[in-house]
Amino acid sequence: MLLMVVMGMGGIYRGIIEDATLLVDEVKADLWIVQRNTRGPFAEVSRVPANLVHRALAVPGVKTAREFVYHTIQRERAGDPLRIAVVGLSWPTDKGESLPIIAGRPLAQNHFEMIADSRLGLPLGEQIRLGKETYTVVGLTENMIGSSGDGLAFCTVADALDIQFDVPGEAVRLERQARHARGRLSEYGRKQPALTELAFAIPSEIPAFSPRQISAVMVTVAPGTTSHSVASIIAGWSDVSVYTSAGQRDLLLRGPVEKVRRQIGLFRVLLTIIAGIIMALILYTLTLDKLHDIALLKLIGAPNRRILGMILQQALVLGVVGYGIALVIGLRVFPLFPRRVILRGDDLTQLAGIVLVISVLSSMLGIWKAVRVEPNEALSG
Amino acid sequence: MNDFAIETERLTKIYGSGNTEVAALRETTLRIRRGEVIALLGPSGSGKSTFLTAIGLINAPTSGRIVIGGELIMDGPSALTNLSAFRREHIGFVFQKSNLIPFLTARDNVQIALELDHWKASDAKRRALELLDSLDVADRADHFPSTLSGGQQQRIAIARALANQPSIILADEPTAALDSHRGRQVMQLFSQVALQHGAAVFVVTHDHRSLDVFDTIYNMEDGVIRLESAPLVQAQAGPPRA
Ligand SMILES: Nc1ncnc2c1ncn2[C@@H]1O[C@H](COP(=O)(O)OP(=O)(O)OP(=O)(O)O)[C@@H](O)[C@H]1O
Ligand SMILES: [Mg+2]
Repeated sequence: MLLMVVMGMGGIYRGIIEDATLLVDEVKADLWIVQRNTRGPFAEVSRVPANLVHRALAVPGVKTAREFVYHTIQRERAGDPLRIAVVGLSWPTDKGESLPIIAGRPLAQNHFEMIADSRLGLPLGEQIRLGKETYTVVGLTENMIGSSGDGLAFCTVADALDIQFDVPGEAVRLERQARHARGRLSEYGRKQPALTELAFAIPSEIPAFSPRQISAVMVTVAPGTTSHSVASIIAGWSDVSVYTSAGQRDLLLRGPVEKVRRQIGLFRVLLTIIAGIIMALILYTLTLDKLHDIALLKLIGAPNRRILGMILQQALVLGVVGYGIALVIGLRVFPLFPRRVILRGDDLTQLAGIVLVISVLSSMLGIWKAVRVEPNEALSG
Repeated sequence: MNDFAIETERLTKIYGSGNTEVAALRETTLRIRRGEVIALLGPSGSGKSTFLTAIGLINAPTSGRIVIGGELIMDGPSALTNLSAFRREHIGFVFQKSNLIPFLTARDNVQIALELDHWKASDAKRRALELLDSLDVADRADHFPSTLSGGQQQRIAIARALANQPSIILADEPTAALDSHRGRQVMQLFSQVALQHGAAVFVVTHDHRSLDVFDTIYNMEDGVIRLESAPLVQAQAGPPRA
């Protein structure tokens, strides 16, 4: 039972690492260009202008450059909180075909469709209202989870930005009035009153307003060039920072995931120790129970070696059985966990090794007792 | 080789020290012949079990010597040989109760004694069955001790004690848990075993009703052993061990 928990912890640990880096691994970008000096877009917020894509494309050796939008929202669905990590796909180059879609289809139009992870619990065809628009779930993926453990939803970059920068109508009207008022007070407004009319236009028509910003730009490098050489060019731009996907992975693991990872690692160690103590106690009481029989065995001439072997054998059997039960139950129970639990072969062997060591160590106590028992104790009781 | 299975020489056992000192054995000197069937009587606390466990090599004496089969085994509290191996080869034990290992079947209880003596499993199995058969409990071979009657358990314990063809069988109140009829049967079994295997049998008992099966009867009082009744026919000490 306890072993199962230990195993589960190990699995959750792997799961967290896997989830955290899943997106980085899945999008298959060689380089990530983010806002200067940020560790974005996962570990912290990063904003870069959308036209960075075109600048990146102009760098020799760059094969493709795509916008990347990533943010987490929390809404409610049937009374329960629903956390969605929204990822923008750059329409039309990426319709989500490369995603592990288990049901439905990729995006077919550049608006109002999304591919959701099954973890979100949204069925195919579900209409979900985000911002001012209603989005339809057209495809389902499996095990696509953001670094915080929330299910991913994919839509086009434009939609993702709409969701991210959604502002209520009233706020827009108030902002326009405020702009107008500010404009009239400024020097430009006083000299050219007609300019203040611009305040009522939509932001994209006002040259003084930057277009909405994206999280990062993903770059793939053409064959024949190293991502290193491309990175060194982009690193020279003073408005952005660039990371290789390995670097990005690293940022994630050392950043947001770090604490959880350490915590779970610690839990795991503690649980292993507790499991060890409990096993030692069980073995000790089992041995105490048999003390009389052990004395009897000694009486009829069993050498200590033989008795040692018996206790050790018992310990190993207990360990193996415990491990087996843990594995069997674990395989059934873990899929029901809210976080992904990944049982990797080498982790399991490692745990098996630990169990073995625990078994042997914990039988020491019993062995110590058994070796000291006098054969003539068989006479009493 | 001499005629004696066990000789003790001024065997003394003192439990505790200082104020709590108890002398359970006082310079006891005794000789037990091969094939002799001996009963040891005596009031409670007189030191019978102490003597039995001393010659059974599971309770070292404070002083004195124990010679088994002509070989000096204990000189004072120090052992001159590997006691557990020696016990395994030369001595069989039967006690009042809790004689058998509860999680082993009757046959396995006998078999384990053989396997400890490096018998091959298949031979040990066959021999265990033979022994159980000779004691009339072969039909209970696959039963666990808890499902057997006291008499049956005692027979299996005797089978185990006989397994390695020991030259000495030591029994401490083996019939205390049995009714007088069963008790007598067990006692008769001992004399039979002594006759067939040439083993010396030394039985501590309170049961005065079946004393007639014994060759020699000793009485113990306050750590000292005295002869109660000598062997009827000294010459018929039983055949030497095969
Ligand atoms: N382990 C021990 N520690 C201290 N004293 C002991 C120990 N075993 C026995 N004695 C003492 O030695 C004396 C002899 O004990 P023993 O068990 O040999 O008597 P016994 O003749 O077998 O008695 P019973 O007929 O009741 O079995 C007793 O006074 C007892 O209190
Ligand atoms: Mg006694």
